[in-house]
Amino acid sequence: MMVEDKTTLRWRKIAAHGFIIAFIALIMFPFLMVLSISFREGNFSTGNLLPERPTLEHWALALGFDYTRADGTVMTPPYPVLLWLWNSIKIGLIASAGVLLLSTTSAYAFARMKFAGKSTVLDALLIIQMFPAALTVIAIYAIFDALGQVVPWMGVDHHGAVIIAYLSAITLHIWTIKGYFESIDPALDKAAQIDGATPWQAFRYIFLPLALPILAIVFVLSFIFLVNEYPVASVLLRDTDQMTLAVGARQYLYPQKYLWGDFAAAAILSGLPITVLFLICQRFLISGLSDGGVKG
Amino acid sequence: MDSTVNTPADRPVSLLSGSILRWAGLGGIALIFLYVVWGLYLAGEPVFAVVMFTLGSIATVLFGWARFYTWRFVFPAVAAVALFILLPVLYTSAIGFTNFSARNLLTFERVQDYHLARMDKAEGSARAFGLTEDRRLYFPPTADQPALITDPLTDAEAGNLTATVAPVEAPGLQAVREVIKNRAVLQTLSVTAPDGSVLTMDGLREFAAAEPLYILSTDGVLLAKDGGILTPNHKTGFYQTADGQQISPGWRVGVGWQNFNKVLTSDGVRQPMLQIFLWTVVFAFLSMALTFAVGTALAVILDWQHLSHKGLYRVLLVLPYAVPGFISILVFRGLFNQNFGEINMILTGLFGIKPTWFTDPVLAKTMLLIVNTWLGYPYWMLLIGGFLQAVPQDHYKAAALDGSGPVRNFFAITLPQILPPSVPLLIANFAFNFNNVVLILLLTRGGPDIPGTIIPAGSTDLLGSFTFRLAFNDSGQDFGMAGAISTIIFLITGIIAYANFRVMQRVAAKRSARG
Repeated sequence: MMVEDKTTLRWRKIAAHGFIIAFIALIMFPFLMVLSISFREGNFSTGNLLPERPTLEHWALALGFDYTRADGTVMTPPYPVLLWLWNSIKIGLIASAGVLLLSTTSAYAFARMKFAGKSTVLDALLIIQMFPAALTVIAIYAIFDALGQVVPWMGVDHHGAVIIAYLSAITLHIWTIKGYFESIDPALDKAAQIDGATPWQAFRYIFLPLALPILAIVFVLSFIFLVNEYPVASVLLRDTDQMTLAVGARQYLYPQKYLWGDFAAAAILSGLPITVLFLICQRFLISGLSDGGVKG
Repeated sequence: MDSTVNTPADRPVSLLSGSILRWAGLGGIALIFLYVVWGLYLAGEPVFAVVMFTLGSIATVLFGWARFYTWRFVFPAVAAVALFILLPVLYTSAIGFTNFSARNLLTFERVQDYHLARMDKAEGSARAFGLTEDRRLYFPPTADQPALITDPLTDAEAGNLTATVAPVEAPGLQAVREVIKNRAVLQTLSVTAPDGSVLTMDGLREFAAAEPLYILSTDGVLLAKDGGILTPNHKTGFYQTADGQQISPGWRVGVGWQNFNKVLTSDGVRQPMLQIFLWTVVFAFLSMALTFAVGTALAVILDWQHLSHKGLYRVLLVLPYAVPGFISILVFRGLFNQNFGEINMILTGLFGIKPTWFTDPVLAKTMLLIVNTWLGYPYWMLLIGGFLQAVPQDHYKAAALDGSGPVRNFFAITLPQILPPSVPLLIANFAFNFNNVVLILLLTRGGPDIPGTIIPAGSTDLLGSFTFRLAFNDSGQDFGMAGAISTIIFLITGIIAYANFRVMQRVAAKRSARG
């Protein structure tokens, strides 16, 4: 056991808890404000943290229901928030699965195989990945405009185009997974080789199961990144019903039509599913990332 | 498949069926690629067709030839990056050498078609008309032409009525009011006269024959009806009249280094660009350093074995990462509002101050860093949390026997263990923030403006958002200019990425040599 003085330990515990709780309070402030705003009357953000006359108007509208105010005016939902949310989730899940497939296979090769030009490709990937997508959107539009003339579901205003474009967001994940594969004991490869496994079999039956925790993390990171992605989606998706949340949400805050309250409700509604996803993945996120490759 | 690993006896059979499957799959992939390549070629996209053909060929060779076994693992990833990052970068740079803009939007063929499709009223063809009681069109006689009459409007075939020579006696005509009522129908109507000319509606009282404004002559010159000529100028991308006047719309042509010259020699562009460049570097570095520091600190504290409620803390601390960034940024924009924002309300209540977050350059930059740290630290907390699992616990035990404190432990044991795997991620993080256009556009839109510049340049602008605003927002869309500046940004990004990468590599190598 570790030798530590009892009194020092207690003070350190208090300091650690105090620091974390203070930090969390700071971090949570914007969330509480948005929650408050979503229950306020009207679309202007002034007032106390606890709304004086709470209303469900913004929430009803965000969920796609009409809302009748006390004075009889019927408010209709300004935008199809739930549809946008579904679009975002669909694109995020499919594209992340693809990202995971591409980055895992290549990370395995980069970590465990020898081939000419390996380090060149790795360095090139690192540098290429840094080019900003926001400045290449004209070209990306042109590519999918052309592809759409041949394969309609890959065209502009189709989710397929966005999903395929997102498959390029992999370099960071390759490095993450590669780092994990490299930490696995080389003895495992040797053992697999001696047993007559091809590299693909070693990958599929030995390394992949070992890497599940890091793959879960990469999947979640990729999903969040893609749901947040704005520039490419905004260029490829123009039709209101095809939009992802990232593209659509901005429509709430045009200066001519400033729907701050409606925005707050929609924002919380759309933030929830991703938070839930996080809670589900908590097990993988926390459980030992490197339980050690050599076991049994 | 599982059986092949364990029982060697099965192997030949499944290898055979495996190879048939593989060849079939390979053929299928090749066919799909060929289909797409052919379609792209037919759609008039030769560049993309060539790119697809190259990718398809490489894929077929790699997956068909056992020699390139290893590359099969890598190719799909590399192809995706090449197609959707590298190709767009090159394509955008190529646009930088053209005059592609709102004024020069179309191809030459489309511009030519546009001019040739323009119609004008043929001289002396105008005929007055009226609507008869039974809804026929009646054209009264003129000096040299007889009166004409058509079938009723309802008998029109494909919007066309044939007119015949009318009896001498004029029919009773309805008031103009009726013409106005039927305007929608009349405007889509064409009338074929006995001499073969086609008349269409020209105002409420006349029908007239239309004729093309321009006729295509040899050498692509357009002959105008009034005797003038339009010559295509493939240097400027415009048709021009004899006295040099340019006729819109223009088409896309290559202009060489013209856009780059403008960027590098025009003071109004060059001066703010230097300032913006420096801020971009500072912003990217501080964002990287702050998020890494906060994230690592939290990860280390959360990793402490004596801490309780870790799960709850972790969930709450990860929340900023779980909420979509575009929403958080917009929320912060509201909260930081100088007059009614909740942050200033609290600061006024506590300290009696009201910082001008959006009008003071230093405060605006501070705000950006605060928001970006808030957005970015959970990423490092998660990753470092993972790396910490790999730090051998024996080290800490040995250090504890030596009487080493937590701070010394961190710098002597933890940091050297977590830094090497973090290096490439730090570089990527730097580059990401270098081009964090969405944050700037949603939070400050680059403002407050740098005083005394000709172009809209803000003191919080990053190079990327500056280009966005310069080219896409204000004075018409200038894709060519945007492409040129983007190219410069790409070069800078590439150089920094490479230099940074080399330096970091050396640092990491030294550290591991020492450790």
